[in-house]
Amino acid sequence: MEKHLFLGDEAIAQAAIDAGISGVYAYPGTPSTEITEYIQGSPVAKERGIHCRWSANEKTAMEAALGMCYAGKRALCCMKHVGLNVAADCFMNAAMSGINGGMIILTADDPSMHSSQNEQDNRVYGNFAMIPMLEPSSQQEAYDMVYSGFELSEKLGYPILLRVTTRMAHSRAGVVTSPLKPENQMNCPVNGRQRFILLPALARKRFKSLLVSQEVFTKASENSGYNKYFDAPNKDLGIITTGIAFNYLSENYPDGFEHPVLKISQYPLPRKQVERIVNECKEILVLEEGYPVVEEQLKGFLGKGVTVHGRLDGTLQRDGELTPDAVGKALGKEIQSYYAIPEVVEQRPPALCQGCGHRDMYEALNEVIAEYNGAAKVFGDIGCYTLGALPPFRAIDSCIDMGASITMAKGASDAGVFPAVSVIGDSTFTHSGMTGLLDCVNENTNITIVISDNETTAMTGGQDSAGTGRLESICAGIGVDPAHIRVMVPLKKNYEEMKSIIREEIEYKGVSVLIPRRECIQTLTRKKKASKK
Amino acid sequence: MKTDIILSGVGGQGILSIAAVIGEAALKEGLYMKQAEVHGMSQRGGDVQSNLRLSDEPIASDLIPKGHADMIISLEPMESLRYLPYLKKEGWLVTNSRPFVNIPNYPEIEKVNAELDRLPHKVVLDVEEIAKEAGSIRAANIVMLGAATPFLGIDYDKIEAGIRHIFGRKGEDIVNMNLKALKAGYDLAQSLR
Ligand SMILES: Cc1ncc(C[n+]2csc(CCOP(=O)(O)OP(=O)(O)O)c2C)c(N)n1
Ligand code: SF4
Repeated sequence: MEKHLFLGDEAIAQAAIDAGISGVYAYPGTPSTEITEYIQGSPVAKERGIHCRWSANEKTAMEAALGMCYAGKRALCCMKHVGLNVAADCFMNAAMSGINGGMIILTADDPSMHSSQNEQDNRVYGNFAMIPMLEPSSQQEAYDMVYSGFELSEKLGYPILLRVTTRMAHSRAGVVTSPLKPENQMNCPVNGRQRFILLPALARKRFKSLLVSQEVFTKASENSGYNKYFDAPNKDLGIITTGIAFNYLSENYPDGFEHPVLKISQYPLPRKQVERIVNECKEILVLEEGYPVVEEQLKGFLGKGVTVHGRLDGTLQRDGELTPDAVGKALGKEIQSYYAIPEVVEQRPPALCQGCGHRDMYEALNEVIAEYNGAAKVFGDIGCYTLGALPPFRAIDSCIDMGASITMAKGASDAGVFPAVSVIGDSTFTHSGMTGLLDCVNENTNITIVISDNETTAMTGGQDSAGTGRLESICAGIGVDPAHIRVMVPLKKNYEEMKSIIREEIEYKGVSVLIPRRECIQTLTRKKKASKK
Repeated sequence: MKTDIILSGVGGQGILSIAAVIGEAALKEGLYMKQAEVHGMSQRGGDVQSNLRLSDEPIASDLIPKGHADMIISLEPMESLRYLPYLKKEGWLVTNSRPFVNIPNYPEIEKVNAELDRLPHKVVLDVEEIAKEAGSIRAANIVMLGAATPFLGIDYDKIEAGIRHIFGRKGEDIVNMNLKALKAGYDLAQSLR
């Protein structure tokens, strides 16, 4: 029994290795990135040849993971919450086919949007796909759930959705690990075609099996050691917690619970225990990190029957992550602060690093854009360069989802906007910009696409970028006229040249791709340090 | 024994290394610990903070409730003030005195200092200056850790061991530089107390 200090993400990664995975498939995204990075750095993973290279996006990652599970081996697939939107097609249908080797799909949700564009709660996806879900309340539980989760997945025959949130993923605690298991042997399914070919006639059967399995999943939840019932004398209230909400509740009752508590960490909801707490207690308070998923299930549409408090009736804030204070307040406890934040304290928003190539790209682009007196619209995308939205640049008009800069600029151009400009990073381009570029090429859309190439995935900490060294040939392969694929080096001394290229290509009536290319200085520094060693 | 600490600073200043060293030391001491940090957006020159909780009993929440922190350790004076609602009435604030100015509206430092002056228990020191004297300005965060060590309830030699563990793979020179920085911070805080 060894005790390690692990981030939640690291606990998940180590557990997956110890459980005998043969591959992790992922695209980076806060707060999930450290899982794959940990496996990439693990000597055991190296020795075993566990697959751990980054995938181009979450959909390719999940499909590859499913392929590995088809072949009988165990695979982990990780993403941030919005990544599951990208992979949703595979996700929903993997619930139809089921798996062969064990599969855990990890979603790292980000309530309060510490580094995300929304705070969607992916338990909704779990319910949507009707597969079992796990939601750990501690790093140790995260480890144990993953360690035994592959077996559970194999036993039930379905992928399992493991949901963590920022405070679990990015919080460290001591974790006791279990012995390393062997990998599964390759073992393709015997009657695989009945399950893995989702033609309507077969898919209808699969869906019926999934429906029948719901009872089995519920039984598994009812018997799960992760769902715990704590009885207590004061039955005026019963409290249901999910995931880490349990910790915030415990923090408020250091000497033991006053009311009965049902801690839920495995879904679908354990019916027996939920029935018990509802029958024994007058009213119910639901504490959950994220959307009022359980609360809505208990309440029903008309809210008749059980009296349920939580995020929907204002007992807790509807948005944002839970805190021990928010939970304390919901329990009627007094929260005391002795010192206020003094007025002199100013906000300190993040900014592009000094010397970053995106800065030089924006400096030049902004000057040309200004020449169009407000007519130009610049559709941005997601990455470090999104910080170009803030002063002093204020350079972009939108940032919605990865890849949307190209396609939104296309739609705006179709609507008559000129100049319609897209600014996208190299990793985002290969994640989901390439298909949009094909749409533009097919219609010869009047659009200017800036792929700000820093040769890495910088926003999430400098992971390899799938198209490094091949962006020009990718664009040419998609059909962009090579005369309108223009590479430049974003540096102050090149501003005049950059500006004239930008001007020319905006004026060109068709698809142009500009590639300002200079390596991210953070990645460069890291590489230099690593080579010194 | 139970110690709740808020670490604060600006992205890139190295508060997470402080947290990592304390974490290793706590583990060696056989203590329970939880440490929540924020990665991502906030690391590009934005404000960063970490909640660090140590105890000889299991710890429930990863986050520290308001009014519960035994101390705030900050690598930047204005950032130290941002988390005051979390400080206990009798809590200590230990901060670097040197402002990190990367925003146009950074307040006048006199105003920041006036706020620090109003607190009953604080240690304010120029860790960068001390780090320079100790050999490298890059170890300013470890000077700060040294200054905070007397308040942690963890033996000094366990913190030293934590440094060896965290910086070990970077080579003996880096380890020694950090040990020196730790000592310098520790000695100074002792003399100010
Ligand atoms: C669907 C989805 N997956 C992952 C992320 C997390 N994420 C945000 S930006 C980014 C990568 C940005 O890389 P790049 O486009 O090369 O820009 P850079 O940060 O290097 O400037 C990632 C992975 C996300 N926001 N959405
Ligand atoms: S991390 Fe790299 S890409 Fe991001 S702002 Fe800094 S230099 Fe630019």
